[in-house]
Amino acid sequence: MFEITINDKKLNGDDSMTILDAAEMSGIKIPTLCFLKGFTPLGACRVCVVEVEGANTLTAACSTPLRADMVIKTHSPRVQRARQSVLELLLSEHEGDCKFCSRSDDCELQALALELGLEAPRFEGEKNHLKTDSSTAALVRDPEKCIKCRRCVAVCSQRQGVGALFPQYRGFATTIGPAFHSDLDSVTCVQCGQCVAVCPVEAISEKSHIADVLRALEDPEKHVIVQTAPAIRAALGECFGYPPGVLVTGKMTAALRRIGFNKVFDTNFSADLTIMEEGSELLQRLRTVLEEGKSAALPQFSSCSPGWINFTEHFFPEYIPNLSTCKSPQQMFGALAKTYYAQKSGIDPDKIVVVSVMPCTAKKFEAARDEMCDSGFRDVDYVLTTRELGKLIRLQGIDFTSLPDEEMDVPMGLSSGAADIFANSGGVMEAAIRTVYELTTGKELPTENLHITPLAGLDGIKEASLRIEGTKSPWNFLEGVELKVAVAHGLGNAAALLEDIKAGKRNYHFVEIMTCPGGCIGGGGQPRFTTDEVREKRIAAIYSEDEGKPLRKSHENPAITEIYAEFLGEPLGEKSHHLLHTQYTRKE
Amino acid sequence: MTSTPALHQNSAEQQELLHNIVDSLKDQEGALIPILQAAQDSLGFLSTESLKTISKLLNMPYSEISGVVSFYSYFTTMPRGRYTIRVCLGTACYVRGGKQLLEELKKILQIEVGETTEDKLFSLEVGRCFGACGLAPVLMINDEIHQRVKPTKLAALLAPYKSENDSEATDESPKISQEDAQ
Repeated sequence: MFEITINDKKLNGDDSMTILDAAEMSGIKIPTLCFLKGFTPLGACRVCVVEVEGANTLTAACSTPLRADMVIKTHSPRVQRARQSVLELLLSEHEGDCKFCSRSDDCELQALALELGLEAPRFEGEKNHLKTDSSTAALVRDPEKCIKCRRCVAVCSQRQGVGALFPQYRGFATTIGPAFHSDLDSVTCVQCGQCVAVCPVEAISEKSHIADVLRALEDPEKHVIVQTAPAIRAALGECFGYPPGVLVTGKMTAALRRIGFNKVFDTNFSADLTIMEEGSELLQRLRTVLEEGKSAALPQFSSCSPGWINFTEHFFPEYIPNLSTCKSPQQMFGALAKTYYAQKSGIDPDKIVVVSVMPCTAKKFEAARDEMCDSGFRDVDYVLTTRELGKLIRLQGIDFTSLPDEEMDVPMGLSSGAADIFANSGGVMEAAIRTVYELTTGKELPTENLHITPLAGLDGIKEASLRIEGTKSPWNFLEGVELKVAVAHGLGNAAALLEDIKAGKRNYHFVEIMTCPGGCIGGGGQPRFTTDEVREKRIAAIYSEDEGKPLRKSHENPAITEIYAEFLGEPLGEKSHHLLHTQYTRKE
Repeated sequence: MTSTPALHQNSAEQQELLHNIVDSLKDQEGALIPILQAAQDSLGFLSTESLKTISKLLNMPYSEISGVVSFYSYFTTMPRGRYTIRVCLGTACYVRGGKQLLEELKKILQIEVGETTEDKLFSLEVGRCFGACGLAPVLMINDEIHQRVKPTKLAALLAPYKSENDSEATDESPKISQEDAQ
């Protein structure tokens, strides 16, 4: 510990802290652009420069550690002039018209220009003329808008272990992108959109489906139904000024109805169905190994997260047999909407348009996969991110905050609390165990409030074990079995867990993997800016939604009982196999 | 004169060569650059196929490797001529006439930077300091350094390379097919 002075204020610090940390502690806001909490600071953008007494030049606050007796000025006239110049130079290379930019509402560059008091452009810079890359189903890259802050590089390589984006070339010609000047579809990209979530400008964003959805809504021939993923209700409010962690399920439902969707349904419904299918699949694999003494691919891996599916196909194809054959809840919903719902409501499936609202960009890719046409039609037609739904609500002139709370439509809008927690890392596992334990023992999961605490929270890799006792027929082969499970979120953590499993260092029966940090509540399509603090608030909101529901277990959902009785038969039955399950293949 | 890069191997031989290069160098720290250098020295240039092979063998993203290749002017993803002329445009060479040397070479060879003459004899590249600033301006022809070069002396400087090539048996000259130059 030593003393430093920051803007004439004394402060104790040590050399593990940076000038930026010290400023934050003192309530001083130093502007930043390339800085991303949790990653090694790059000091690349120079927006955070400060004056340190005795130093010849200004220094980047994000990457300079404190030294004893440092005297720092964070907003001296010299610093302010330098910051303005840095920003003016960045702007001189930044191509784009702010009036027509989708990021106008949350562009960090624009906000900084305002904060630093820039008035008119002083420099007309040379521009790199580069084409927009729309090669993938989910993402659009506009390299002319890129300010080369490299946040996307940090998340893509360090957090996700994918490495699709890196700096290419050098000097003025530098671009941040896939190899050389190629398109994103020519390299391995799982389309998780974590790059989109951290980009300060509109250099990379989701491929918008708003226009397609509006066209479908306008068409009197079409019956347009919407499903919303569990994670939306804990984040959509942020698009309308609510603090993170406020549940807006009822208002969201009301808004979707006012937009003009013919039915407002819930991905939660098919999340409950996923538990029935995925839980049964796990029990079947366990029976094969434990009772029949034959081999089955264990651990079973969850398959709800499309980025994780892409990741397995590209990086760990040897584990494809371990992936649950269950489609994700989004795709189960789509396949049932154009079969079960069409039949039940007497509507021609050809006229049904299924729109999803997802916290995710990879869901756009998933909906467009060749495999996802088992209803005989494109199972899910369009996918909006949470952010896109926010824009659509505004576009339709709906005053979100003054909306009443409304209920979703039946039958595909009914769900249990187990479905809500799909949004959180650890939630799919907890939901599955609630059902599997009760189905095999006839007793409720004996944990406090039905939660499995070691699997919750933001630790990258979490594990738990549960002894199954008091089994009933035909599950006696599970008597005394210690069910071992693990949960990982963020693909870098997933890769580390997989390497350990491969090396025999860890052993499980069931593993849940979510592509994005925190699970779907931290998805690439969620409102910006998602920090760990925001993640925790959304996670807490989701748990409270679960706890507030009269039904907490998927197998208790009456709409699920009904769909098996009326349409599907039984879990893993022939119809389920055809509509709700799929197979994935190795990708180069 | 330095050896001619072997450009005649087929794909299987190239794969084996890359495997050997990666195996012998991969354990040292910062192995990527020495591997890329060795691969380019052996194969003449770094093709997409070669880079993807290196990416797989090192378990390193292709975009990261291309970032290194495109950063350093030394690396080329296009087939080169028999002699690569690199004109240093580092600060010292630049102020002592490196730029004029480059312009004169463009005129003599009738090519731009990064291109190769029609007879596949010379390729023209720019270097960023060879660490011989006291000898500025400097240019390199393959591994040979030429110091204090004057634009007026360039034609004479290139003459021996041209004549040596003429005197050699034609089947030893580098074969660069259009296929390679993708």
